[in-house]
Amino acid sequence: MKKSRILMLLGALLPLLLFVFPLWNITLEAPQYPIPLGMDIYINDFADAHPHDIKNINLMNHYVGMKFIPEAIPEFKIFPIGIIATTIIGLLIAFKANYKWYLYWFILMLGLSAAGLYDFYLWEHDYGHDLDPKAIMKFTNPDGSVMGFQPPLFGSKNILNFKAHSYPQPGAYCLALGMGLGFVAFWVGKKEKRKTTAKS
Amino acid sequence: MKKLNYFIMTIIGFTALLSSCNNQGKGASSGALASSAAEKVYVAPGEHDEFYAFISGGFSGQLSVYGLPSGRLFKVIPVFSQDAEKAWGYNEETKPMLNTSHGFVPWDDAHHPDISQTNGELDGRYVFINGNNTPRIAKVDLSVFETTEIIEIPNSAGNHSSAFVTENTEYVVAGTRFSVPVPQRDMPINEYKGNFKGALSFLSVNPDDGRMNIEFQLLMPGFDYDLSHPGRGNSHGWFFFTTYNTEEANSLLEVNASQNDKDFIAAVNWKKIEEYVKGGGGTKMPANYAHNVYDDNTHTATSTMKKEVLVVNPVDVPGAIFYLPTPKSPHGCDVDPTGEYIVGAGKLSADLTVHSFTKMLNAIENKKFDGEAYGIPILKFEDVLAGTVSSGGLGPLHTEFDAAGNAYTTFFISSEVVKWKVGSWEVVDRQPCFYSVGHLMVPGGNSRKPFGKYLVAMNKITKDRYLPTGPEVTQSAQLYDITGEKMELLLDFPTIGEPHYAAGIAADIIKERSRKIFNLTDNKHKYATTSDADVKVERNGKEVHVYMTTIRSHFNPDNIEGIKVGDKVYFHVTNLEQDYDVPHGVSIIGANTSELLIMPGQTETFVWEPKQVGVWPFYCTDFCSALHQEMQGYVRVSPENSNIGLSWSLGE
Repeated sequence: MKKSRILMLLGALLPLLLFVFPLWNITLEAPQYPIPLGMDIYINDFADAHPHDIKNINLMNHYVGMKFIPEAIPEFKIFPIGIIATTIIGLLIAFKANYKWYLYWFILMLGLSAAGLYDFYLWEHDYGHDLDPKAIMKFTNPDGSVMGFQPPLFGSKNILNFKAHSYPQPGAYCLALGMGLGFVAFWVGKKEKRKTTAKS
Repeated sequence: MKKLNYFIMTIIGFTALLSSCNNQGKGASSGALASSAAEKVYVAPGEHDEFYAFISGGFSGQLSVYGLPSGRLFKVIPVFSQDAEKAWGYNEETKPMLNTSHGFVPWDDAHHPDISQTNGELDGRYVFINGNNTPRIAKVDLSVFETTEIIEIPNSAGNHSSAFVTENTEYVVAGTRFSVPVPQRDMPINEYKGNFKGALSFLSVNPDDGRMNIEFQLLMPGFDYDLSHPGRGNSHGWFFFTTYNTEEANSLLEVNASQNDKDFIAAVNWKKIEEYVKGGGGTKMPANYAHNVYDDNTHTATSTMKKEVLVVNPVDVPGAIFYLPTPKSPHGCDVDPTGEYIVGAGKLSADLTVHSFTKMLNAIENKKFDGEAYGIPILKFEDVLAGTVSSGGLGPLHTEFDAAGNAYTTFFISSEVVKWKVGSWEVVDRQPCFYSVGHLMVPGGNSRKPFGKYLVAMNKITKDRYLPTGPEVTQSAQLYDITGEKMELLLDFPTIGEPHYAAGIAADIIKERSRKIFNLTDNKHKYATTSDADVKVERNGKEVHVYMTTIRSHFNPDNIEGIKVGDKVYFHVTNLEQDYDVPHGVSIIGANTSELLIMPGQTETFVWEPKQVGVWPFYCTDFCSALHQEMQGYVRVSPENSNIGLSWSLGE
């Protein structure tokens, strides 16, 4: 089997590890939490970093009127289907199609990932801004607008007494690596093509 | 003139001597030495101590938890005394823990903590401690630092030679200090001699759940059984008890029990008695004693009255019990880490008597007896003696050991700790205590593997050592560094009650196992309310049960109506928190009991009997959150004949 095909095969399979490892993690640090509160986001679940963390994040957040983190969101159904579908497509391409399709698969994955990230951003924005009007504590920005508590999409940010960290986890790295392998497979395939054309 | 010159010279010489002494004294207390002592006990903010010290509270009835070397107090674990702060013995769940055959006893005199062992080393699972006055043994579970079991000891009085554990925690041993009629009966006091008995009780500890059971009681002659320690290593299987009042006096004991030149150390081969009992030996005797168990899932204690105890007459098990003559009313009875030496501290003497276990076995084998007492053979003193520590002190009480073959003995009368070498019996150092030291503790010093490093002296008198607080001043302990040839006093620190003995252990063995919360899903309390949907108020005649929850920062329900004067209202409060260090407290105006202090995931109950019509507030008593002050509610109390039905709500 050609090197490019093997790379494409690996690339298509790697995102399946999203079913094992978390995609993203949000961690909240505060002086009262020497062990920070944390939430691991899987493609099909929100999970406590330590036992009861989500319950305790909800308890903290209810003071400023944020909604409880839901048990389940529609994405938990859509994302797994998306991953399985793109893996199947990737496998079909790896076995059947020519190297140019590797690039199309990469572009497809890039588009879907961007859409996923945007969706995550929208959820975060809603979570941080759609506040209960009867919130116990109401904060305003210097310009007079209602202060939001949106965690960062990527990176670290101070939110009142908390420092919030939002970073990708091994699941996301597997996805990125899989996509990267798809792209590399395209380049390698292109070179292989050139070689075979040169020979003939 | 010549005479006068001499006189002046003498005075000058004397003054010089005095002032130089003074300078030395000052140098020692404020110079380089003092600053290094401060560094040795300094545990920086946020850092942890190296050792836990469990120091008994004596007449406070409790067990205190300190850190060493800092001497900081972390917790007072309620054991035998009611504690309003923690609702111990006040809430419905823990009242049964203080039940006895004499009814509810809200106090005791807690003496000798001992940590459970495996293979002769401290394993940090439990601390056992004895109640001296109404004889009881308590078990503190070190995963929760709470008393989870208390068992009353029948046929015993002044439960003092207790609560020491054997090297695999096979038994916790409880010996009686005061001999009494067994069974108790109406008889003239002056017929004590020959009629009273001294019960030595062996309580098994279940290796799985730690449950205690009195396996057998030895009914010994009517002496006072003062202190005890288990054999270890080669002497594992034996237990040693000091005795006094072998005169069997029943009045003015300070004189009448001090007449015999030698009393005894009783050596008990418990393995032999265990075999005897397992083979059907002993007599089942009617008894009445309480066995109280607290369950961390139901968060509730139950008290069961037991009606029978197995007693063993020592003469029925020949070869199991021997008396080792020991001078001058011995108090402490301590066994060195190898198990070879048994130290008897004749408290009216200057010297320590050390018996050899090997010699004892030889003497038994060769029947080197010096008579008998009530059928129990007395071994010849010279044939069991390993050596005498000529201490130069007065009033030896207790001995502990380090890992380097040194022993440390406290002297009450001469108020000092004396360090001596096991085997050569030579005294190598002595340091004063302030004042009149009783027990001492070296972490692990009562095991095969002492941790050493520090020594805690527990003093009986404090006088001027701290700022005065009226006639009653603090009790005190002192910490010494024992890593060098000379002991060095590092720190004085106040203790709760009177510190009788302590047990120390490396913090690492315990701290990782310390629980942070109780899981709500494991809560099996009969009246638990584990979700807000189950909140309710129920009436059963005059009894009202409130199923209440707490979570930051409200009670559910927080408005209750339909309560009437004359009702007995049970508040069953479940703390729904599942976060570390978020307890909630609660009480209501006029409650004739303590507050509740409820840990995350726990349910506790207090009873309120409203006597006046009105609207009465209740509130959270533990500052739980930013909205703690808002954590409050009201109960409407109507006249007895009112027909207002029960109703309850939150946020309406």
